[in-house]
Amino acid sequence: MGKQKLREVFSNKILEEAKKDSSIFVVCTDSRGSAMIGDFAEKLPKQFVEVGIAEQNAVSLASGLAHVGKKVYVVGPASFYSTRASEQIKVDVAYSNNNVKIIGISGGISYGNLGATHHSLQDIAFMRSVPNLDVIIPSDANQMRSIVDDLLRNEKPTYVRVGRGAVSTIYNQNETFEIGKSRVLRRGSDIAIFVCGQLLERALGVADLLKNKGYDATVIDVFTIKPIDKNTILQYSKMCGVGMTIEEHSIYGGLGGAIAEILIQENPIPLYIAGLPDRELPNGTDVEVFNAVGLTIQELTNKAITMIKHKKE
Amino acid sequence: MLKKLDSEAVKELKIKSANVRFKTVELIHNAGAGHTGGDMSAADILIALYSYMNVDPKSKNSCDRDFFIMSKGHSAEIYYNVLAEFGFLDYESLDTLGSFGSEFGGHPTNNIPGVEANTGSLGHGLGIGVGIALGLKRDNKTNQVYVLTGDGELSEGSNWEAAMSAGKYKLDNLTWIIDRNYLQISGKTEDVMPLEPLKMKINSFGFEVYTINGHKYEEIFEVLNVPFFRKPKAVIAETIKGYGIRDGENIASWHHKVPDKKQVAQMEVDMKSLIEEIKNG
Repeated sequence: MGKQKLREVFSNKILEEAKKDSSIFVVCTDSRGSAMIGDFAEKLPKQFVEVGIAEQNAVSLASGLAHVGKKVYVVGPASFYSTRASEQIKVDVAYSNNNVKIIGISGGISYGNLGATHHSLQDIAFMRSVPNLDVIIPSDANQMRSIVDDLLRNEKPTYVRVGRGAVSTIYNQNETFEIGKSRVLRRGSDIAIFVCGQLLERALGVADLLKNKGYDATVIDVFTIKPIDKNTILQYSKMCGVGMTIEEHSIYGGLGGAIAEILIQENPIPLYIAGLPDRELPNGTDVEVFNAVGLTIQELTNKAITMIKHKKE
Repeated sequence: MLKKLDSEAVKELKIKSANVRFKTVELIHNAGAGHTGGDMSAADILIALYSYMNVDPKSKNSCDRDFFIMSKGHSAEIYYNVLAEFGFLDYESLDTLGSFGSEFGGHPTNNIPGVEANTGSLGHGLGIGVGIALGLKRDNKTNQVYVLTGDGELSEGSNWEAAMSAGKYKLDNLTWIIDRNYLQISGKTEDVMPLEPLKMKINSFGFEVYTINGHKYEEIFEVLNVPFFRKPKAVIAETIKGYGIRDGENIASWHHKVPDKKQVAQMEVDMKSLIEEIKNG
């Protein structure tokens, strides 16, 4: 199982596509290095716009470019786009229906030791509440490439969040994904595990450990947070009768909130929401922080077993 | 497209202005809400622009059109009336303003014919205009881009981010007009958050800056006709908040004051008399 950085996957893919389509533009905020988009700037300068450290202007300017027919990709840290430029995303992109894709890099806690200023643990909560904005959290390189193909085909305002470090390749090369349709990786009737982003690998680890202990879990990669795949979520939550969500986001308002909103209205079942707690996090790498807050395969498995037993009682 | 003015053209524009300003005051009265003061200060700038720009209601999405971004979206009532005056809307459709389900809200959206951008939250329009101008320039197109901001609006830092990028990319197809009426909702701009020396500030961001009387058509057209010097143009258009409203000029509280029946009647009398004066002058 290889590992790849999704920000690098994106930058390679968008460069390849932009060479064939001069209407593809990339807007950057002094983040060429961290976005790994330097090649694009050098090879296609007429399709590249550098606005300096100014996320608000980047998004408004991108909306103007889109208004005259450009397919615009704004690339920079998820933390700053999802908070400082949130109003521009709401008004200039989504409300105004401009074909702008915000590619939030180094999302979640992947900036690690750089601390809370650089973490984006509220982005899903905000973005999914904005009308006319798709929200995508890819989990591996092959999925990322397929999603970029989809983004290039559609004109919908979209927020995509990727992490900083390399993530394990889960899917086969050339496997295709559709925005609005989640992917079921395991099918089991004891518990439904809903997950997004790099924690998919841990969710599969949980399913494996559960299997060793005699339980069968369903694992669903809900990479498309909005539009969300309600049918699949309901189908498997009905089959399992108990659920768990795992995400690199605050426990409030993220994937867990999105799943809970569906279940409480149409199939109320016990649901455990695993994510980052509502408190200051310790400094450390993403893996160290995950381990410190209980997002380990072992602890998540223990929770899952508790939930399964609770259902059987 | 009107590019040069003679005395007859000036008269026509002034009459248009008197009519549109009265209709706007009447509209605000009927709707029970609106931003009267800033509507009146922006009236002549808007009328001049819509006379000057290459825009056509019959082909409003033409690739060759000029672009106008109404960054001070709260002056929606005058904007709607100017769009109606120039054939983008039916005047009658504006009667729904303020009623449930009307497409005409307190701030403009691009669902309305002729409106290029959804505005209302201040400090967005210049950045959008910069993006449009940059996109056009990268395509070697000659369309012009005009952005109208308020002056109180300039406390929003995003304007200055956008100004920096306009200067960096030497957008000689972008004209940023500031409706400089020196007042905002809480009082004088210089008391709320000083802007001066505004001309020097904007100039230092890479603009060629001009100061004009924003109610004099000769001056507005002259500055619009000034060629670009390989950099964006900014126009500080000095105006009067509440322009033309008896007892309502230069008063901050008229920012969103709704004129009563008597004031509307007075405005009608005053505008009729002004029109007669213009015709005879």
